[in-house]
Amino acid sequence: MTEIFGVPTQALFGQLLIGLINGSFYALLSLGLAVIFGLLNIINFTHGAQYMLGAFCAYLLLNKLGVGYWWALVIAPLIVGALGMVIERLMLKQLYKLDHLYGLLLTFGLALIIQGVFRNEYGSSGQPYPIAQELTGSRNLGFMFLPIYRAWVIVASLVICLATWFVIEKTKLGAYLRAATENPALVQAFGINVPRMITLTYGFGVALAAFAGVMAAPIYQVSPQMGADLIIVVFAVVVIGGMGSIMGSIVTGFGLGVIEGLTKVFYPEASNTVIFIIMVLVLLVRPAGLFGSQK
Amino acid sequence: MFQLKKVAAAVAVAMAAGGAQAQVSGGVIKIGVMSDMSSLYADIGGPGSVAAARMAVEDFGAAKKGMKVEIVSADHQNKPDVGSSIARQWYDSDGVDAIFDVPTSSVALAVNQVTRDKGKAFIVSGAASSDLTGKACSPNTVHWTYDTWMLANGTGSAIVKTGGDSWYFITADYAFGHALERDTQEVVKKNGGKVLGQVRHPLNTQDFSSFLLQAQGSKAKIIGLANAGGDTINSIKQAAEFGIVRGGQNLAGLLVFISDIHGLGLNTAQGLIFTESFYWDLNDQTRAFAKRFAPQNNGKYPTMVQAGVYAGVLHYLKAVEALKSDDGGKVVAQMKNTPTDDPLFGKGRIRQDGRKLHPAYLVEVKKPAESKGPYDYYKVRTQIPADQAFRPEKDGGCSLVK
Repeated sequence: MTEIFGVPTQALFGQLLIGLINGSFYALLSLGLAVIFGLLNIINFTHGAQYMLGAFCAYLLLNKLGVGYWWALVIAPLIVGALGMVIERLMLKQLYKLDHLYGLLLTFGLALIIQGVFRNEYGSSGQPYPIAQELTGSRNLGFMFLPIYRAWVIVASLVICLATWFVIEKTKLGAYLRAATENPALVQAFGINVPRMITLTYGFGVALAAFAGVMAAPIYQVSPQMGADLIIVVFAVVVIGGMGSIMGSIVTGFGLGVIEGLTKVFYPEASNTVIFIIMVLVLLVRPAGLFGSQK
Repeated sequence: MFQLKKVAAAVAVAMAAGGAQAQVSGGVIKIGVMSDMSSLYADIGGPGSVAAARMAVEDFGAAKKGMKVEIVSADHQNKPDVGSSIARQWYDSDGVDAIFDVPTSSVALAVNQVTRDKGKAFIVSGAASSDLTGKACSPNTVHWTYDTWMLANGTGSAIVKTGGDSWYFITADYAFGHALERDTQEVVKKNGGKVLGQVRHPLNTQDFSSFLLQAQGSKAKIIGLANAGGDTINSIKQAAEFGIVRGGQNLAGLLVFISDIHGLGLNTAQGLIFTESFYWDLNDQTRAFAKRFAPQNNGKYPTMVQAGVYAGVLHYLKAVEALKSDDGGKVVAQMKNTPTDDPLFGKGRIRQDGRKLHPAYLVEVKKPAESKGPYDYYKVRTQIPADQAFRPEKDGGCSLVK
């Protein structure tokens, strides 16, 4: 068997694939953050809590109402997205004219409150959520057993990511959105309801987080701090990709997932710091991030 | 001459201090429960440990005996620096006399040192490292509930004896994980097994698939999980996903709590074998305790850590009552000199190295069909007697043992 740095190539393939799977979560979450930052200029620290809410929504739908995984995948993002829009309307709206810092503080505080309420109610060990019947089992790929559910995660998140990119960068709706960020007054003059568009955009970004939460529920525990653990990494991904860059967050999300996966083989102790090391290096060389444009 | 004067002065001061010590400082016995209140170990100790301490104070009847006992609590966030600065503040300015619980071995080792420097008392329940009664042992510390040696000895030897003779470890990369891995390796080798390798993961990791894949690649019969809490839950859950057990390898959870099993669900957890020193369904007294405890802890049944906090506080208060003093070193000495007796761990004693002795239980998780409802999770396979459950005193390398 051939080896690379003492690791059999077969094992390496497995690790690459796993990196891609984790990368899908990074991509999905950082995509939502990038949309919200790019179009609303809000650093949404509630994102992790909203991801957690998505997972809890799926858990509650299953245990209280008997609604299964597939419906949860649709319903949970709608519910959490709607909650997001309420937050935008009631609170975030007041902050658009102020410095980024205020939005950051508000959303960070909200995240702490939401997580605290759930921890008080459900404890920290988390709740189990079963994998949907259709997606159980695994395939033997020769070099590893690939759980079917994980393959589904890669496919689903790729589709969602590319669709979002397409809508924002290539359609008329996306053009309105981008125009509204550049010059809201002018776009409003053309008869477009800009505040409503902004509310819907925030709702969409939040719904993406909730979607990722439902996807994560069967793999990780549905626990109150599942988002808090992830959000810092995801922020690093967004910064590396370039704040607000849609394609940047997708590519960096997957890419960093792979790099983290490889670190777990070659030097596992550093696996939770490697992303931050990369962040430092990227910021030194390209302060606007890999795909960001300097304004 | 000058020297003599100094000595005389010192003796006088010491005697004065001695006289003043035969009472409770500030008229209040202040108990500090320090735990992980918000992260991956919060269901193991956390707010439940505070509830357990409160119950112990009530059951001791402190108010009736005219003793004033106060409980304070804090979140150490699993960080040794946070833990030791809380301990310093508690001891120096808040008048705390004794600290209880402290899960996370790295934090416990830090608090152990601060307590020793300040001459207070530290009764560990949540932390696991057997170094607390080994090379880091202290005259001010009692290690109550369990330790890594007990876990390794109970679970490790049972598994090696039933044919699990080659091991690979997935280890939490800090003091606790290292101690548990070391103690288990020793047991495995002593019983004729071999260790094929290990991988170290950062504390509080979400995704274990990479580590599990490495363990799978090692072809070891047993994958030993030298981690705890949320880390163990995620390892076990994801191992099921990657077909580890179906592929012919078995998991050994080296430190598993009832809260973990509750979080995993019996479907995933069934058949796991591990060691505990307390289970709520052991006898009438433990059942009665659990029934009173659960409503005070959001319906969650007690873990062995929370039970240990209860029993520890009870024994501590007995010692304070007997001495009529809350001087840390003296109270711990008194605790060691009096046999222990409480409803949860039964009769036992505390050794010179600070190790509390009681039986341990090798348990197996029930199948969903065997369980009558929430928290009916264990079948007790073997009871390991108190004199065999823990590391022999002479092997620990504790300087207090002559």
